[in-house]
Amino acid sequence: MSRDRTRRDADRIDVRKTYKLYVGGAFPRSESARSYEVTDAKGGFLANASLASRKDGRDAVVAARKAFGSWSARTPYNRGQVVYRIAEVLESRRDQLEREVREATGVNAAGARGEVDQAVDRLVWYAGWADKLAQVVGNANPVAGPYFNLSSPEPTGVVAVLAPASPLLGLVSVVAPVITTGNTCVVVASQPHPLPAITLAEVMATADLPGGVVNVLTGHQGEIAPWLASHLDVDGLDLTGVDDVDLARELEVAAADNLKRVRRPAPEDLAADPRLDRMTRFVETKTVWHPVGT
Amino acid sequence: MTHDPTPASPFVYAPAPESTSVVDLRASYGLFVDGAFVDGRGEPFTTLNPATEQPLAEVAAADAADVDAAVKAARRAQERVWGRMPGRERAKYLFRIARIIQERSRELAVLETLDNGKPIKESRDVDVPMVAAWFFYYAGWADKLEHAGYGTTPVGVAGQVIPWNFPLMMLAWKVAPALACGNTVVLKPAETTPLTALLFAEICQQADLPAGVVNVLTGAGETGRLVVGHDDVDKVAFTGSTEVGRQIARAVAGTRKRVTLELGGKAANIVFDDAAIDQAVEGTVNGIFFNQGHVCCAGSRLLVQESVAEEVLARLRARMSTLRVGDPLDKNTDVGAINSREQLDRITALAAVGEEEGAGRWAPDCDLPSAGYWFRPTIFTGVTQAHRIAREEVFGPVLSVLTFRTPAEAVEKANNTPYGLSAGVWTEKGSRILWMAERLRAGVVWANTFNKFDPTSPFGGYQESGYGREGGRHGLAAYLQEENR
Amino acid sequence: MLAPMAAPPTAATPSSVAPTDPLGVAGSDASLHRFLHGLPGVDQVGVEARAAGLGTRSIKTTAKAYALDLAVRMVDLTTLEGADTPGKVRALSAKAVRPDPTDASCPSAAAVCVYPDLVATAKQALGASGVKVASVATAFPSGRAALDLKLADVADAVADGADEIDMVIDRGAFLVGDYRRVLDQVVAVREACARPGGHDAHLKVILETGELATYDNVRRASWLAMTGGADFIKTSTGKVQPAATLPVTLVMLEAVRDFRRATGRMIGVKPAGGIRTAKDALKYLVTVNEVAGPDWLDPDWFRFGASSLLNDLLLQRQKMRTGHYSGPDHVTLD
Repeated sequence: MSRDRTRRDADRIDVRKTYKLYVGGAFPRSESARSYEVTDAKGGFLANASLASRKDGRDAVVAARKAFGSWSARTPYNRGQVVYRIAEVLESRRDQLEREVREATGVNAAGARGEVDQAVDRLVWYAGWADKLAQVVGNANPVAGPYFNLSSPEPTGVVAVLAPASPLLGLVSVVAPVITTGNTCVVVASQPHPLPAITLAEVMATADLPGGVVNVLTGHQGEIAPWLASHLDVDGLDLTGVDDVDLARELEVAAADNLKRVRRPAPEDLAADPRLDRMTRFVETKTVWHPVGT
Repeated sequence: MTHDPTPASPFVYAPAPESTSVVDLRASYGLFVDGAFVDGRGEPFTTLNPATEQPLAEVAAADAADVDAAVKAARRAQERVWGRMPGRERAKYLFRIARIIQERSRELAVLETLDNGKPIKESRDVDVPMVAAWFFYYAGWADKLEHAGYGTTPVGVAGQVIPWNFPLMMLAWKVAPALACGNTVVLKPAETTPLTALLFAEICQQADLPAGVVNVLTGAGETGRLVVGHDDVDKVAFTGSTEVGRQIARAVAGTRKRVTLELGGKAANIVFDDAAIDQAVEGTVNGIFFNQGHVCCAGSRLLVQESVAEEVLARLRARMSTLRVGDPLDKNTDVGAINSREQLDRITALAAVGEEEGAGRWAPDCDLPSAGYWFRPTIFTGVTQAHRIAREEVFGPVLSVLTFRTPAEAVEKANNTPYGLSAGVWTEKGSRILWMAERLRAGVVWANTFNKFDPTSPFGGYQESGYGREGGRHGLAAYLQEENR
Repeated sequence: MLAPMAAPPTAATPSSVAPTDPLGVAGSDASLHRFLHGLPGVDQVGVEARAAGLGTRSIKTTAKAYALDLAVRMVDLTTLEGADTPGKVRALSAKAVRPDPTDASCPSAAAVCVYPDLVATAKQALGASGVKVASVATAFPSGRAALDLKLADVADAVADGADEIDMVIDRGAFLVGDYRRVLDQVVAVREACARPGGHDAHLKVILETGELATYDNVRRASWLAMTGGADFIKTSTGKVQPAATLPVTLVMLEAVRDFRRATGRMIGVKPAGGIRTAKDALKYLVTVNEVAGPDWLDPDWFRFGASSLLNDLLLQRQKMRTGHYSGPDHVTLD
């Protein structure tokens, strides 16, 4: 993006943005002090992105776990408002994100605009689910005895999300359902297109989303993902963005150590209307019994 | 053999043995494949009565070829018959099975007690009625799936591996929903408790269930691995240890197979100072000594508020002194035999560790039979979170007692485990119950009760207690294709 | 508060003079209220499940023979009808002394329970048989009369030689929380049970659990009655449904168990009304054995208030003795 502007304001030396990680509500560089070159669709330099290490992954899990207690304890109404606020702030930065998506993927302006709009709309859709999912997937159970019995969904915990290549819509599509239900997450952004992910992080950071609820790492999926998959304080693993079949299997095997809930990669039309499965994959059904008597 | 409340009691309950004449035990049993009993190609094994160590029967073991034959039969039946059958017709078969289970309930209960060692009063009053109820419940779903919210397309062939603690009940939990949804099954019962599954196969024949819809393969762990690993199995359902659950999760990684796992637990039973104390003690006893503590959701950790700890312990000891340990066939037996030598050794070893680590061990003074596998109902006091008996699943009649001071501390200690299957809360304060229930990381929270099960009520764990739910509408999800959710 | 259980129980001996308020909880209305409402709650579903579980005990052969005889010895053979006459009471008394004329090994019942005006008749009929005379008093069954009338009722029965007085508590006062009133009446009746020179009549306090509605109330009323000096706590008058039930009796057995641990004093329990079969009686005895403990397996500490129960016990005894089923013509109808 900076190149366009450089050409426009030939007299002025522009201030370029450093793209950092988003961990615990802050924007640190990688502890490894490494970065990698992000290029546009034609191979031109866009920016240096932080190349996250396993230790960044570890820190992100700590941040996500720390945030889980209060985020999951918020009322669903409040979580819905925060997710809706993300949509509002994203809407206000449509131009920037449209440009970033266009630069990253090479789609035309209309295509990029469409992806941003859909991302906003998707956030709005999920925001509305926050206080409805329990009504749709919960149950009052008519047990054969004098007991009150109620099943309701609860967030699984900390979910590691390997985001798909689609830099904004894909990212929103995998993150929104996870946090709407009260989970916190560590997202490994699309390796080739990490810049919209960091901009989305800036959106989230200014949208009342508590620090640590979403943590964004940029870098090599193959380097970070195994550490997240085997991390015993991670409860769920979304492999949506893993195209390598062998890596997906290895990650699923590693996830078995603490019996993480795993969403396997599967062909998916991100533009289509979502179903409930991205929310229901990372919730646990809790059933409470109580006697009925005087 | 049985223990009387106090040595001085003049009221000595005379033996009240349930007759075994209702059971027609055969010398040997085959596999049930494609609607018929066939010889197994593996090395046959003997199943024992754990209360006497006497052999009950020789049972066939399925090898890879047997597993393949069973899966093929299940596939054929699923594609040609069962999967195509209208739900209302599938329902009728399941209702039939439920009825036959009720009709033959005495026989099933006695055989379960013989093979498993659990008290006849439990197999008679809990296990078998629950099994019939499970089939009744899911029978009714078969023609109503479009209302359940998970679509109506069956997954295909289900490979189901079940444990020895509730042989028939676990069979029902797995088979009933699978069949209701139009799947066929290959079921592997536990090595030490194969007999009631084979009797169930006979019930399937009596119900004229089409061949291949239910296949029962007996054998050891290897047979289970073959079932889970078979390429043409679409869905794996397992109940058992967390360690085997991990192996299964690894084995199916990267495949299209869907999995549900119902694994171990280390549930906390939390007693506040305002609890209905006699019911809390009763719930604690039921929570850990029901089924000899061979219960994944057993309340194996008693967390008691410090202000009432002595009081609760005194009542608990008094109550434990009235437990009758012994002949599982005696209708007055409360605690039966440990299911196997191997399990007895594990319980014995972990209890020894408890003592070595400095916890106070107590068990009521009761005579145990000379033959068979027995373990006295035991409590450990002065246990802390660091003790192995507070962390590891004993899967036996051993209770660890810990204390807490505040609700927050109770939640913290209860949740401080990689497991998350169940939890219990005892308090007369309603808002505290709900506060606790919200925070306990467990799939089932029993408030002012414990170890209650019902076919309408979902059951399953958080974290390393596994994933997926059995029971209720939720229990259908595992057996229907995901595309429509 | 919970009754401390750590204290070892002291030896059980029927005390002739029941101390009032041994725990010192009745100093003020407020402290009495606090005490009763500080007792642990009772979960209805839990206690009923426990009772049902005890009801599945299978009592056979030698255990059954023992239990049937014990149950016979625990029966308070009761007639409480407006149509009662001296003749009826004499017949009942004869039955109590020799329940089964065909079997000399059959023990006597514990007592005959009658209205106060028939105490003298019963006393005379029972003579030195050892069978006690119990009398309901205190404006039985409603208890709705002035205290002095109730006490006169008691005094009459005591004067006529009643060994045991079955009083009713004022349920109205209990239900509005006027525990002091209930307690004072128990204490007053307790005093009216005294005889110069000792040999006080034993006091059974009827809670009328069917009107107390909740198990929490049953537990509180039990402790209230024991605090007032009851020798026995009794479920029901038999004139209100439901009368005795197994879970209600279980709650009362827990109360006497806990009271003994707290004070060293043993109190008896008497379920009354609705227990008609030997099978039911055996369930009660199992519950006594496993909840209160074997010390209560004695007519001094447990009674059945019943009339038709006795004949079913006798039929079952005959079945055990002869090996075949008996019929109603083989027991006496009085």
